Amino acid sequence: MTEVTSIAISVGFMAVLGLLLATILVIANKRLFVYEDPRIDEVEEMLPSANCGACGSPGCRPFAEGLINGSYQPAQCTVNTKEINKFIADYLGVDLGNQVRRVARLACAGGSHVAYIRASYDGLSSCRAAALVSGGGKGCAWGCLGMGDCAEACDFDVITMNKHGLPVVAEADCTACGDCVDICPKDLFSIYPVDQQLFVACKNLEKGDEAEAQCDVICTACERCVVDSPEGLIEIRDNLAVIDYSKNSLASKIAIERCPTGAIIWFDQKGGGYHVGKDARKIIRKEALPVG
Amino acid sequence: MKRLQMGFLNFLTKRKTFPHGIHPLEHKELTAQLKIRRLPFAHRMIIPLSQHRGAPSLPIVKVGQEVVRGEPIAEAGGFVSVPMHSPVTGVVRAVNELVATPEGPKARAIIIETYAGSRQEVLFEGYRDIDTMSPQELVQAVQDAGMVGLGGAAFPSHVKLLPPEGKKIDTLVVNGCECEPYLTCDHRIMLEQTEKLIRGIRMVMKATGAQRAIIGVEDNKLDAVTQIREKLPADSGISCEAVETKYPQGAEKMLITSLLGKEVPSGGIPADIGVAVYNVGTLAQLGELIPKGRGLIERVVTLSGPGVEKPGNYLVPIGTPLRFLLEQVGAKCDAGEVILGGPMMGMAVASLDVAITKGVSGVVVYKPQEEDLKPRTVFPCIKCGECLSACPVRLNPAMLGQLAGVREYELMETDYHLNDCFECGCCSYVCPSNIPLTQYFRIAKAINREAKIIG
Repeated sequence: MTEVTSIAISVGFMAVLGLLLATILVIANKRLFVYEDPRIDEVEEMLPSANCGACGSPGCRPFAEGLINGSYQPAQCTVNTKEINKFIADYLGVDLGNQVRRVARLACAGGSHVAYIRASYDGLSSCRAAALVSGGGKGCAWGCLGMGDCAEACDFDVITMNKHGLPVVAEADCTACGDCVDICPKDLFSIYPVDQQLFVACKNLEKGDEAEAQCDVICTACERCVVDSPEGLIEIRDNLAVIDYSKNSLASKIAIERCPTGAIIWFDQKGGGYHVGKDARKIIRKEALPVG
Repeated sequence: MKRLQMGFLNFLTKRKTFPHGIHPLEHKELTAQLKIRRLPFAHRMIIPLSQHRGAPSLPIVKVGQEVVRGEPIAEAGGFVSVPMHSPVTGVVRAVNELVATPEGPKARAIIIETYAGSRQEVLFEGYRDIDTMSPQELVQAVQDAGMVGLGGAAFPSHVKLLPPEGKKIDTLVVNGCECEPYLTCDHRIMLEQTEKLIRGIRMVMKATGAQRAIIGVEDNKLDAVTQIREKLPADSGISCEAVETKYPQGAEKMLITSLLGKEVPSGGIPADIGVAVYNVGTLAQLGELIPKGRGLIERVVTLSGPGVEKPGNYLVPIGTPLRFLLEQVGAKCDAGEVILGGPMMGMAVASLDVAITKGVSGVVVYKPQEEDLKPRTVFPCIKCGECLSACPVRLNPAMLGQLAGVREYELMETDYHLNDCFECGCCSYVCPSNIPLTQYFRIAKAINREAKIIG
């Protein structure tokens, strides 16, 4: 056999093989074709690709699918701007929906200048790690450990640690994705609609002097807020003021005014930031409290 | 091959052991020769309702009620739970009071004020004839006594007496290893309470139906081995074996491997291979309490370490505040220098107001200037593999540590068997880069656990 024929055979063989496989692929493409709405891809393009989960779906593509089959509304994406969400609603011809903006809030105001420290923890710099060693060194067993696991977990860089070692949420940019809620070993973060302005920034379950020995901005269960506000709005449960948000429309700033420690606060709906009552003790101290 | 029985020739034969593990300094000489002694009663006793694994106990006393030593003050909150008994004669000052715990979160407790003039006799008892009791009655008696594993895990003892459906216990392994440095309470119990220990072993053998019992003792306590062997009755099915002194020989799965050459399957319990493991302290207490119908109200605690003036083994009423205990043995210290349990697996405390609970086998106090207490710089992993040759369950701590660093907690569990780690601390101990591996694993486990609850 000459070289020419062997080349010809192999070329021919490859050609036949190629044709055969191509035919199979063509048939498979026809038979196994799955129709997918082309709008899914286009809507996904308009979504932020943050895959944060704030909307309630596992990521942006499932959310896009949900938008098209109607199980979600565009306004549920808290990361996009309003304009883009409006654009998506117009594009799909669906209702924008109205989602009350939600933000993450920390139920602790005990920074290093007000909360007492009973032992110093020096190890791995992480709240999770500190919480495993006898609950961290903080005098209050419920309080924020201040090592910034939440700031690290936040994908949107909304949480920053202030100089007293307390995380501050930039409410305007918070997407309520809930990453900080999951990472906090003390379960201090939770997601609240911004129209729930009355808030108890404390989780301590101890009463009176025992509580005050641990922190200057603690809820001492004095019940002043309960007396001052409409009946049923606030109750003391396990020595902690608990707000019944189903009666949120009754809430007003009166509740915070006589709080002696400033544990119950009133969030500004617009500019972010919060107010404490007039009677709350003034904290002048700037530096951290010593250990002991 | 039959082991040589002559003590002085023992070095010729290699003792039974498990692969890997470490050899930390023992420091047992501080207390090993000191007899168990009593301490005075504290004037305020704190009895946390959750001293054991499982459901918390439910209080059955009221504020202002007078209780006598040994009287039940809380009942079991379920099957995996135990009742509590008053450690002193006194008056209940608070029920459901929030108190500090070594784990961190505050927990509910009963506070009892001791009557200073009381003779503190145990009046609450009812004699029983253990020879005529059926296994079911024995299990109930063990629960009623409020017994939990005194080795440190504080798992309710009666639960282990009833193996899961379809499993049969044929061997009882008695854990007398005490591999933690400093601790000598089990050593003293084996020497001073040998009869009670043997009575406890026979009782548990009867309740579980085990045919044989093996007492495993590390070979740094050969005096205990000799003493137990002398007192063992013939044909009882009980034997005593010395095993190599190595940490963590006293971990139940390690001791089973050493003594029986069997391995507990991954994720399983000893009952899966027909074994039940009990600590010598638990069995000695059972042998003491069950015939008398008493409840667990005190335990032997080793108080040791460089910061203690009068180290020793003390019989401490359960619920004694740690601060009071340290005052009694002349330890002037801060919470930062105290470890509950042994230094390897024990817990650092953030407050001296915690109480001695059923699971506390020792208190180790360091001096403030101690080198071991200084924070260490953590360096990157140099992949030396020291941790791999230390890990007694043959995991890959280096890889697990790297995964923890990038928060791949799920992968750690599915591909690298994180849940087989029992947090003995060998990897952190040998790591030349001071990487806190065990702490990483505990974080990972906690996060995985929470993720499973959320679903």
